[in-house]
Amino acid sequence: MSPKVRIKTLKIDGRDIGAREDETILQVARENGIQIPTLCHLDGLEPIGACRLCMVEVRGSSRLLPACVTRVEEGMEVTTKSPRLIRHRRMILELLFAERNHVCSVCVVNGKCELQSLAVALGMTQVRTPYRFPRFELDASHPRFVNDHNRCVLCARCVRVCDEIEGAHTWDIMGRGVNGRVITDLNEPWGESNSCTGCGKCVHVCPTGALSEKGTLREDAGKQRDFLPYLTLMREVRR
Amino acid sequence: MTKARLATVWLDGCSGCHMSLLDMDEKILEVAKVADVVYSPLVDTKDFPENVDVALVEGAVSSEDDLEKIQRIRKNSRFLVALGDCAVTGNVAAMRNLFGVRAVLDRSYRLTSVPAGSPPDQIVPRLLSRVRPLHEVVAVDLTVPGCPPSAGVIHHVVTELLAGRTPDVTDLTRFGA
Repeated sequence: MSPKVRIKTLKIDGRDIGAREDETILQVARENGIQIPTLCHLDGLEPIGACRLCMVEVRGSSRLLPACVTRVEEGMEVTTKSPRLIRHRRMILELLFAERNHVCSVCVVNGKCELQSLAVALGMTQVRTPYRFPRFELDASHPRFVNDHNRCVLCARCVRVCDEIEGAHTWDIMGRGVNGRVITDLNEPWGESNSCTGCGKCVHVCPTGALSEKGTLREDAGKQRDFLPYLTLMREVRR
Repeated sequence: MTKARLATVWLDGCSGCHMSLLDMDEKILEVAKVADVVYSPLVDTKDFPENVDVALVEGAVSSEDDLEKIQRIRKNSRFLVALGDCAVTGNVAAMRNLFGVRAVLDRSYRLTSVPAGSPPDQIVPRLLSRVRPLHEVVAVDLTVPGCPPSAGVIHHVVTELLAGRTPDVTDLTRFGA
């Protein structure tokens, strides 16, 4: 720890907690065993606050703040669970399910999906918003991997891991809002990408069945996400 | 003691939820002690009766016949359960919504049928333009996701409802289970 790092004291869900000033609310909460649901967040990648599931209430602010990108401040009073937050998180999750075609029963990662697990964790057994049923083409041009936009939640984990960790920056997001989608290179078929190294990190960090390895199903399609913290840690040590 | 009136319905689904229901094996005898199955693909009643206490509905609303049925079911049932992913989300039944009725019928009856035929225009009910989960059409009292929900979950739901309690299934089953 650098000697310049200061300690801040704050309250999370009524508990007095000490934290390094460079930490986010999410980091501190997790260190203290307080669970905040997340989807786009992944240890080892830069947080971007895209999914909004980690929204928390901070006393004095009328807005909800995303815990993954909000740094701790002295005297902060954070609430991670309230009827309002639960309502908003459920709504966000339902909108995610309604936006694309998340047909769990026929998905390659059925039972291994973070979106599906969140539905269980947040007690969501029904989507009250009408489903949109958008139509997407599947990109199976890569010899080993498939990109299925039907299952994508636009968390941008693939974009971040490819840029920050692999250094290839093959992935990007094209379009805005409901028309947004992940693309490889300049919206070219994945199999024809010049920049893709075929490392497969994007597949393993993908929380859903959007990116998967060909020829895998269910149990075999399980993703290994724990490589990231090790990788980043080892690189920091070497620096 | 008068027995509760239980109905099970098969709309646009694969019957997997009914298979799962039967999978509760001898426990179904316990259910039979406290409830009469007054309507079901498993019994010979043709029309959905009145005064049903609990209706378990498998499948999505896909055809004009489904639509008529679910409205009658709602009107005649005190408690309506959307059983399984098709009833709750549309699931596989709703995957045709990506293409539209005409494209789907063309594919089944003209493009992939040898010799090429044409979609039926009588006897079988007309398909709706969009497959919808039950709650988009009628009020649903309980959603039980799962593809299919396990026999244990269905048994739990039925026995709890027949005992006058509304079960919480959030920790017992999930989409795609």
